[in-house]
Amino acid sequence: MQAATPIPTDVSYLEYKGKYKGIFSWIFSTDHKRIALLYLYSMMVMFLVGVLLGLAMKLELIAPGKTIMEAKDYNAVFTVHGVIMIFMIVVPGLPAVFGNFLLPIMIGAKDVAFPKLNLLSWYIYVLGALLVIASVLFGNGTPDTGWTFYAPYSFKTGTNLLPAIFGAFVLGFSSILTGLNFIVTIHRMRAPGMTWTKMPLFPWTLYGTGWIQLLATPVVGITLVLVSLERIFGIGVFDPALGGDPILYQHLFWIYSHPAVYIMILPAMGAISEIIPTFAQKHVFGYRAIVASTLAIAFVGYFVWGHHMFTAGMSGTAQYTFSLLTFLVAIPSAIKVFNWISTMHQGSIRLETPFYWAASFIFVFMIGGLSGLVLGSLATDVYVHDTAFVVAHFHFIVFGGVGFAFFGAIHYWFPKMFGRMYDKGLANTGWIVFFIGFLALYAPMFYLGMKGMPRRYYDYLPEFHAANILSTLGSWVMAFGLVIILINLFRSAKHGPKADKNPWNGKTLEWTVPSPPPVENFAETPVYGEKDGPYEYQ
Amino acid sequence: MEHTVHQTHDHYDPEASKIGMWLFIFTELLLFGGLFVIYSVYRFLNPEAFHLAAEELNRAIGTINTIILLVSSATIAMATSAIQKNNKRQTLLLMLVTVLLALTFLVNKYFEWGAKFGHGIFPGSEHMIQTMSKGEILFFGLYFIMTGLHALHIIIGMAFIIFVMVLTARGKIHSERFALLENSGLYWHLVDVIWIFLFPLFYLIH
Repeated sequence: MQAATPIPTDVSYLEYKGKYKGIFSWIFSTDHKRIALLYLYSMMVMFLVGVLLGLAMKLELIAPGKTIMEAKDYNAVFTVHGVIMIFMIVVPGLPAVFGNFLLPIMIGAKDVAFPKLNLLSWYIYVLGALLVIASVLFGNGTPDTGWTFYAPYSFKTGTNLLPAIFGAFVLGFSSILTGLNFIVTIHRMRAPGMTWTKMPLFPWTLYGTGWIQLLATPVVGITLVLVSLERIFGIGVFDPALGGDPILYQHLFWIYSHPAVYIMILPAMGAISEIIPTFAQKHVFGYRAIVASTLAIAFVGYFVWGHHMFTAGMSGTAQYTFSLLTFLVAIPSAIKVFNWISTMHQGSIRLETPFYWAASFIFVFMIGGLSGLVLGSLATDVYVHDTAFVVAHFHFIVFGGVGFAFFGAIHYWFPKMFGRMYDKGLANTGWIVFFIGFLALYAPMFYLGMKGMPRRYYDYLPEFHAANILSTLGSWVMAFGLVIILINLFRSAKHGPKADKNPWNGKTLEWTVPSPPPVENFAETPVYGEKDGPYEYQ
Repeated sequence: MEHTVHQTHDHYDPEASKIGMWLFIFTELLLFGGLFVIYSVYRFLNPEAFHLAAEELNRAIGTINTIILLVSSATIAMATSAIQKNNKRQTLLLMLVTVLLALTFLVNKYFEWGAKFGHGIFPGSEHMIQTMSKGEILFFGLYFIMTGLHALHIIIGMAFIIFVMVLTARGKIHSERFALLENSGLYWHLVDVIWIFLFPLFYLIH
């Protein structure tokens, strides 16, 4: 056993070097805060790649016919866009960045339960990302199956699919380890006196998310392995020519990939549940209802995968069941929205950037959620299935929901993470430009879908032209907003004015430690007394 | 500048590592769970073919391998008891026996698979496509995937146990601190339990 080394309590995690120097003090660090930033930066890079691919698709769709790329390049672009955005950004995003940074601090711990495993998860993440990039750069042809890797095309296509599939598998493994780490951390390392019902809501959502990561990801893992083996050896399980069933692939894929939507959205809801009480300066309304709805979403979300396959061929009974279960998920989501709005009611609201993001989150989440009901009903789903309507719906949820929550979270916790404040005027400008661009980009797709424009086509009929122009213009406005946001944040991380330890007057534990926090977070382990709680305002 | 310092505690929480291991075991069960689902679907759709194909498997080797794994599970459990009595020699010996049994299992598996390959039964074989029904092809496809993935887990388990042996030999694992040894045992039991399901599904039921 090593001799205990003293770790200073008044040196921030950004300055403390440990035993390594330079870049090694980051990539060998087991400090949860440094790992969070490693994730943040690696995701930022992949996110920008994904955004550029998205912009390329919108540019292609500015006019009917070929604009900048061939049909098969378009297939490759939407595949890589999907794989990057889903497996590298929105699934791991909030847990890996904000979960890592804040979970231990919010529950009063020095680190996560398994710090080395935490660092390993980041390495696995990078390996997965490199594999996906390798599938683009090498081999004959970029993967063109869509991010869902549907059988039988995924083992018939001649493109370089294996590294991408394996990359998705590896990224899933990283996600499992993060979830496992968080669950154990929450069980074992809460501060003395912090009972389950006194735990802040963001850790609660991470807890729910951890369980979904753990219970759903292995299923897609084995499914992806099987597709790879099918490609290499021709084992037959998904190949109709050898007796297999490609629909079974879709079932197994969505058994994971629908719960994955809740892996994405739950921590986003958690971040919103932290931001709103702080900027309303009021105890969160219906704490227990929010916790219960978090667990309900995690649970029911496991049983709704079939709604992705209403037109793929399943029995009427299965269709009704999946449709009913899908409607059930809407209830806990609506409970949360009700609670957020009620938290604001009679609060003293401060209009700061994080609050704007949170409010617009509720707006886009409502649109995304309600359009989801259109897709969850059998009759209407058959009509809009595989149209631009679906694309609009899941971008409102996944980009609007998760993305807005992510930006809200980064503007909320930025002073804590970097110890500096950003330019609020510029941040607000970035938000409004981004918000307007977002709506202009995705709202026309609802209309296009209702009118019958299919998704995943690089071409369309002339009557869809006007709405597509609006959508493409929207993508430029949104990208411009994104540039403002990123420049502001990057500049402020280095040169912004020093931030106070509690600039927003928050009541959760992360606001009791200095900004940026010292290496082991707390000089003394905090203790929750009888009357203490995470949202005790007044 | 003077720093206010405090001691870093040695974060040893055996309870946490055990919870972690159990959670990981859940994920492994679900990994195989996907395969068991596929197996049940195709067995339900092709009962005759699965019956015919199962006749081809060597039940004797399957039984021997089952016994080997059961004994190895016992030895690793005994190793956990031995370390609690601080009997390092006995612990190492029992772990060595476990690893040797695992190796024997793999050797048997090698001969079993080799015999199948010799008869032209392997994934993607022309012989299978020409002479077998679709159900039989699926049976053997699943047989190779599931026993193959299980064999991979045997190898991982062996590596895990050898790693723990090294730590035990160096005195890092002792009667006060043996969560890792216990975890390697838990993992080994998982590998064993999966085989307990694979064995009847492929070799016994008709």
